[in-house]
Amino acid sequence: MNPDVAPQTSFLFGKLGWNAIPFDEPLPMVASGVVATAILGVLIWTWRRGYFPYLWREWITSVDHKRIGVMYCLLAGLMLLRGFSDAIMMRSQQAIAYANNGYLPSDHYDQIFSAHGTIMIFFVAMTFMIGLMNFVVPLQLGVRDVAFPTLNSVSFWLTASGALLINVSLVVGEFAKTGWVVYPPLSELRFSPGVGVDYYLWAIQISGVGTLLSGVNLVTTILKMRAPGMGYTRMPMFCWTALASNLLIVAAFPILTTTLAMLTLDRYLGFHFFTNELGGNAMMFVNLIWAWGHPEVYILILPAFGVFSEVVSTFSGKPLFGYRSMILATMAICILSFMVWLHHFFTMGAGADVNGFFGVTTMIIAVPTGVKVFNWLFTMYGGRIRFTTPMLWSVGFMVTFVIGGMTGVLLAVPPADFVLHNSVFLVAHFHNVIIGGVLFGAFAGLTYWWPKAFGFQLDEKWGKRAFWLWITGFYVAFMPLYVLGLMGMTRRLQRYDVPEWQPWLLVAAVGVVLIAGGIASQIAQIVVSIRNRKQLADVTGDPWDGRTLEWITTSPPPAFNFAVLPDVEGEEAYWNVKSLARERQRLSELPDYADIEMPKNSPTGVVCAFFATAMGFALIWHIWWLVALGFVGAWATFVIFAWRDDPEYEIHARDLEAHDRERRQAKAKLLGLREGDVA
Amino acid sequence: MKVFDSRRDYRWVAPSLLLPPLLLGACSPGVLDPAGPVAAGDRIVLLNALTIMLGIVVPTILATLVFAWWFRAGNSKATYRPSWAYSGRLELLVWSIPALVVIFLGGIAWIGSHDLDPSRPLASKVAPLRVDVVALDWKWLFIYPDQGIASINRVVAPVGTPIAFHITSATVMNSLFVPQLGGQIYAMAGMETKLHLQADRPGSYRGISAHYSGKGFPGMVFRVDAVSPQQFAGWVGQAKAAGPVLDRAGYLALLKESQNVPPSTYRAVLPGLFDAVVRDSGTVSAKSAKDGRQQ
Repeated sequence: MNPDVAPQTSFLFGKLGWNAIPFDEPLPMVASGVVATAILGVLIWTWRRGYFPYLWREWITSVDHKRIGVMYCLLAGLMLLRGFSDAIMMRSQQAIAYANNGYLPSDHYDQIFSAHGTIMIFFVAMTFMIGLMNFVVPLQLGVRDVAFPTLNSVSFWLTASGALLINVSLVVGEFAKTGWVVYPPLSELRFSPGVGVDYYLWAIQISGVGTLLSGVNLVTTILKMRAPGMGYTRMPMFCWTALASNLLIVAAFPILTTTLAMLTLDRYLGFHFFTNELGGNAMMFVNLIWAWGHPEVYILILPAFGVFSEVVSTFSGKPLFGYRSMILATMAICILSFMVWLHHFFTMGAGADVNGFFGVTTMIIAVPTGVKVFNWLFTMYGGRIRFTTPMLWSVGFMVTFVIGGMTGVLLAVPPADFVLHNSVFLVAHFHNVIIGGVLFGAFAGLTYWWPKAFGFQLDEKWGKRAFWLWITGFYVAFMPLYVLGLMGMTRRLQRYDVPEWQPWLLVAAVGVVLIAGGIASQIAQIVVSIRNRKQLADVTGDPWDGRTLEWITTSPPPAFNFAVLPDVEGEEAYWNVKSLARERQRLSELPDYADIEMPKNSPTGVVCAFFATAMGFALIWHIWWLVALGFVGAWATFVIFAWRDDPEYEIHARDLEAHDRERRQAKAKLLGLREGDVA
Repeated sequence: MKVFDSRRDYRWVAPSLLLPPLLLGACSPGVLDPAGPVAAGDRIVLLNALTIMLGIVVPTILATLVFAWWFRAGNSKATYRPSWAYSGRLELLVWSIPALVVIFLGGIAWIGSHDLDPSRPLASKVAPLRVDVVALDWKWLFIYPDQGIASINRVVAPVGTPIAFHITSATVMNSLFVPQLGGQIYAMAGMETKLHLQADRPGSYRGISAHYSGKGFPGMVFRVDAVSPQQFAGWVGQAKAAGPVLDRAGYLALLKESQNVPPSTYRAVLPGLFDAVVRDSGTVSAKSAKDGRQQ
């Protein structure tokens, strides 16, 4: 530890003191005050209504993949609000900061853009996608849960720990002022002596462990736990993209963990991996972080591609065009994504051959991506397209994403990158693909699978309003940034002195207002839908005329998903079941029901995350006794879990049969079969 | 189902999102308004690649909108092919169109990457002007080794003469970028990168750091003044006649943080300063560097 940097430390509180709380800065104080009041209000309301035991029993300690998936999405939604508040501040600051300091001093502004990127990537985009995969993949595979249900709960709660730590930094101390990939030497102790980078490091490390475990879990699930007859080439496209995405997590996240661990060693123990002096080399960090970072963007976008594949096929009333070609494209992207990382820093001066090579590999990855777009196009061709909200998001995606893809390939041409690198053109590009691709995919998936999760559909009117506000807002906010990038405006500017930029930045600020309207519509959509849940109820379990196995079960599905694991006899398992039933005018024979065992709920995840949060906070503030306590606590939680002796509970065959008969009646009604034919 | 609404709105969205970048043209002082051969080369490559891709992107967008509209559930004229999900010919087409475009673009990228490599000296009859650059917190130091002078936040160079920048950093990473002259390259401590630029018409061009470097980053702006050879000689003479000397003490003073620094000149420079900065990663010695940012 450097005594000049942390002059006052105590045994009990480490570096933490009252001066860590920014009492003199109204903005974070008011913001956190409002949030704290809201959280307190919710807690009091929950307590007064007596919901705590229910929440603890049914959600917090749940190991049900569906519940965990829903909690992931909820966390992502909340973090979206936080990340979007940062966006509002950045856009408004830049709209006014011509030749003046605006309303945000550098100290704030630099934290805001760093937090915005970190939160949006790690705790919105990735968290949302993992949530969807958690919820959908076991259902689509026709199985009862993921491979390691309790580990799944641990993964979620560790992700929540990371999110919590980042938000604590708003009030206690500060966040990194380095950008979201914390390039050294700026992120080294010499240039960032505060706790900001430490918040980043420990939040990402803790949630990163959760992500890695979740990746292992889903890969195992997909490889080992499919319904009878569900061969690899019969899996729904979403499962394929989930497999690719989780393989990338398993392969790429250890790189991130190691890289950040090296930076941590530099900061905590005086190592010199990336320092300016004593042989450190920051270029190594830049290479390593992007060796993770580029696969990361495919970790985000591949599940979104899966969502669009399901949605476009369902609402066109056709199978996905070129299914095998789509698998090939998905796996090609999965492998190629590890071969393009250097395009993030052509301007480092690696030389013409290296730049040329990585420019070309980057373009090659555009081929399978282009194939996917064309395949969705031909899935629509000859279809009978229903323009529900998920379909609107998908068509909006296809139009928007090709533009983002185009600007991406443009940035992969080294000479073009030399003049566009780090400009707001780049900012426009990755928002183009992340909003237009990942976020639209998340929203399409949300509206598509919501009825499956909760048993009622989302209000279409508010959904469409949200879509139109989002898509126009996106174009109004980000097209000006493309222009500004060509005008030579670089990113992360707290102020500027070029008068020509301001009109475009004002337009961009209007775009943010429209997006805010989109988010407000989404909140209204959920509120209105909950109110009208009786009218919007989905009694059939198949509100969209679906084609994959999640629609064969009830909405919401029972804890065990399927009374009897479905037999899969081809691609589009559920569609085949429906066609066969229509053809024969009766459902399949009543199966034999057998007792099954399901995993019991466990507090392991939340307790482990509690200790991990304490440990992370203690590491940030150098409170060493609490570090030890947190570590031992988290470890002990696992030991206790490992020694449990009654991990499962039994569900009797007659209960399964009762549930299944009801489900079959609903299906018979849906397919227009007579009641008598049902059983 | 509001199919007709969506159709109308899509029509409006598609052209509007393509127009602004194209309309922009050469009217603003940015990368599309080059003042030298490198920026002009970068622009040509950029526009070529963009045009080629628009050739495939625009039809794709139109096809998306047309297919979505024509095959809407309410259109009884459209043929419904509920089980049409494979066509070998289309698959071939679907893989080969992007592949061909990428082969073409890949060629442009490879050739462009070599022709416009920042470290490649520019072909010219005129001997290049060497400028050594040190990125500091938060200003740029330009050393003219052949003239024996130095300046802060201002480059003066004769029109039509290649400028050979040798770049390093005494602090965190930065990126030297003059949008109208093209290129950009990182400034990194302990490293020496090279950038070759040239201004073909007289003028004053904005230069920036294009890599975020901390609190004073927005003010890390400099000017590149392209002047006639006579004016350049005059400027050098003026600089030699006045101003402080950039010696060890002067350099240590520069290492202190400062923001929005106005341009100034040094009449003489300690010989070998730039090489020493590269060697020492910008710090005078590693020991003093460990004690925090302020020296």
